[in-house]
Amino acid sequence: MFDHGGVARAEGLAHDPVTGGRAAGGSPAPAPGGRTGGVGLAELAGRVRPTDLARDLRLPVLPAFEPLLPGAGLRRGTTVAVGARPGVTGATSLALALVAGASRAGSWVAAVGLGSLGLVAADELGLSLERLVLVADPGRERGGWASVVAALVDGFDVVLVAAGGRLRAADARRLVARVRERGSVLVAVGGELPGERSPLRLTVTSSAWQGLGDGWGHLRGRRVAVAVEGRGEAARGRRAELWLPGPDGAVAPVEPVAEPIPLRPRPGPAGQRSAPAAPAPPAPAEPTGEAG
Amino acid sequence: MAEVTRMLVVWCADWPVVAAGVPLEVPAAVFHANRVVATSPAARAEGVERHMRRRDAQARCPELVVLPHDPAGEARAFEPVVAALEAVTPRVEITHPGACAFPTRGPSRYHGGDEALAERTAAVVAEVLDGRGFVRVGVADGRFAATLAARHRSGNPAVARHPAAWRGRGREAGGSVATTVVPPGGSPAFLAPLPVRELAEPGGPAGPELVDVLERLGIRTLGDLAALPLAEVVGRFGAEGRAAHRLASGLDERPPATAPPPDDLTLAAEIDPPAERVEAAAFVARGLADELQRRLAARGSACTRLVVGAETEHGETHERVWRTEGTFTPRAIAERVRWQLDGWLHVGAHRPTGALTRLWLAPDEIVPAGGRQLAFSAGGPGAVDPVEAGERVARSLARVQGLLGAEAVRVPEWRGGRGPAERVDLVPVAATDVTEPRPAARRDHVRAPWPGLVPDPAPATVHDPPLPAEVLDAAGRPVRVDGRGEVSAPPATVAAGGQRDEVVAWAGPWPYDERWWDPGRHRRRARLQVATAGGAAHLLAVEGGRWWVEATYD
Repeated sequence: MFDHGGVARAEGLAHDPVTGGRAAGGSPAPAPGGRTGGVGLAELAGRVRPTDLARDLRLPVLPAFEPLLPGAGLRRGTTVAVGARPGVTGATSLALALVAGASRAGSWVAAVGLGSLGLVAADELGLSLERLVLVADPGRERGGWASVVAALVDGFDVVLVAAGGRLRAADARRLVARVRERGSVLVAVGGELPGERSPLRLTVTSSAWQGLGDGWGHLRGRRVAVAVEGRGEAARGRRAELWLPGPDGAVAPVEPVAEPIPLRPRPGPAGQRSAPAAPAPPAPAEPTGEAG
Repeated sequence: MAEVTRMLVVWCADWPVVAAGVPLEVPAAVFHANRVVATSPAARAEGVERHMRRRDAQARCPELVVLPHDPAGEARAFEPVVAALEAVTPRVEITHPGACAFPTRGPSRYHGGDEALAERTAAVVAEVLDGRGFVRVGVADGRFAATLAARHRSGNPAVARHPAAWRGRGREAGGSVATTVVPPGGSPAFLAPLPVRELAEPGGPAGPELVDVLERLGIRTLGDLAALPLAEVVGRFGAEGRAAHRLASGLDERPPATAPPPDDLTLAAEIDPPAERVEAAAFVARGLADELQRRLAARGSACTRLVVGAETEHGETHERVWRTEGTFTPRAIAERVRWQLDGWLHVGAHRPTGALTRLWLAPDEIVPAGGRQLAFSAGGPGAVDPVEAGERVARSLARVQGLLGAEAVRVPEWRGGRGPAERVDLVPVAATDVTEPRPAARRDHVRAPWPGLVPDPAPATVHDPPLPAEVLDAAGRPVRVDGRGEVSAPPATVAAGGQRDEVVAWAGPWPYDERWWDPGRHRRRARLQVATAGGAAHLLAVEGGRWWVEATYD
């Protein structure tokens, strides 16, 4: 029977639209057409499969993150570090969007030490506020943080914790072990847990808002470039450009360069409608080059 | 009728109260998540009912004894009952603490008929309870009918529920026992007059939603439901309706399994070093349960009846059969193991003399997975059972509140307002019930339009308190917003927190006229969005010439 379990897992991995697509094609950007077909099948398999097995493995993520993560989800029992390059903003939104898929699918999310979390933004990025709990100030004592996070890891599928919080390296190590045992996902927001090197790291490498003019308009959308690194199954790094959020409020991949778009001009950074005089200096063309 | 197993059900009335050691004459109620889950007869006489909130229950009965829900304690107290019943039959299935069942075919023949078996069973249990509680025994074709026979002596729910009648009957039946035997083949007739609401009793196959719909359709008794064509019921209500229809017709919920579960599903673990404490064994059990779950899931099955066994270093063994409505989750299995070992090690008459060396789990009845889901949830990978998740969360939050105080743990609720900090408020989780849906946490809870709202998207970081800032124009003069909502000059730099950034784009102002962080005063204020050269974007607020960074689009 062990074999059956193994086969089931292997199948789950084989359906991974990214590894599957890339292994077959060898192209750096998975062809959107092939990907759609793969997702359809994987989705079907997911529905047929008893939920408990799938639940053992990974928490779902928003479709925009699926091509970025090994296995198209957040592996239970692991830690994830979400940060940004110095001087670049967007780590908080990225962390929220990363766990939004799990939250939508019914998982509870706890946020520790993130007293200034924008809750309206959390809702807009897809989190269900019905299943969000905040422990803004886990106390002055250093040991307090560790006990609070440990207790939350027992009950929540996802725990967001401020990376700059009062955690000692020894506490962090114990927490990582506890997360592994409980099968939850611990997300360090704004960097790494002290002394740890997470198996999965997402970093915002550049970020540019659009929609704001010289005294007119309003913020509409933001393009960010995200680098995904790690070890193990995430060892081969990936890069992508995301709308975080897009002009329609959704988190979505910026359409890949390779994709042929017939009959209409690409809605580029200086999209005709929203921002003819887009905030120029952080030229949104930069990240495109990086991702390509 | 060949597909119905004749069953005997032992039901200890008001078991959670009895197990807590409270005499039934005392009005007492057991609460879980602020709701009544069980009451003593005396409390019922005062009008305390199941599902009532604590405040309402105490309003009806001020002297009510409030007991916490303690399934482990209930199971521990039930162990002597099960141990005593092993003198009657070797095959007792524990449905939940306070209720167990066994098939009557063999024991009935041995004891001289169903009536004699029921009397004997009731006498054995009554002896263990020793006047602390009431024993009801029901025998009928099918577990469901037997359960209802145990609960409703005469088949008339009005009599069984009435506290006065309960007292009278108790005396008449010799103080504490009552038995009901439905003759073979008589289950459909016995069930027919009972209300459909029985299907939604704890352990029943249907949720209250199904029963509500049935009642609104005018189907009020189990007989009404059984009279409907099965195909129509399945067509309208699916698997849940099918199970309900089978039960109402006096059948078992599922046709009995034709083949026993394969041996490779039996899992055992040696405990090394031998476990002296229940916690250590329960930890091993959790690992076994997870493995069992994996094996069952791999074959698309789920377990509904399970044998849990343990052995000590001196060779003493202890086995119990556990049954559940729905299917066993790893958590539920580990819980059963903990209950069973706790009862064996601490209260049983035959306490073991050594430490535990071996533990095994053997599924006794398996069913196709998914055919028996208790709660609807979004399907697909990663789907979470909302009830289980809510309870897990509640337990873990109770610990955090114990560490930091009740105020430290908060949940969001939507409010009206214009500022990012005002639109969602945080309330202490202690004031809510996380195991219930919370409409106030849904965005559509607030509908009123708020003119002056800064358009979406909202900032991901809302500074609390807002950071004092300096906003200067190109000439280095402070930027002002006049009474008509016009800026004195375009902002060129923003300084906050010891850092000065160049403004590359801006929009606004969005004037608003209401109280902000200083409720005592009432002045015009305005907000401004700015994007800086570093790629960051901020929401600025100005009040009386002073600027703040209210939020950052992080």
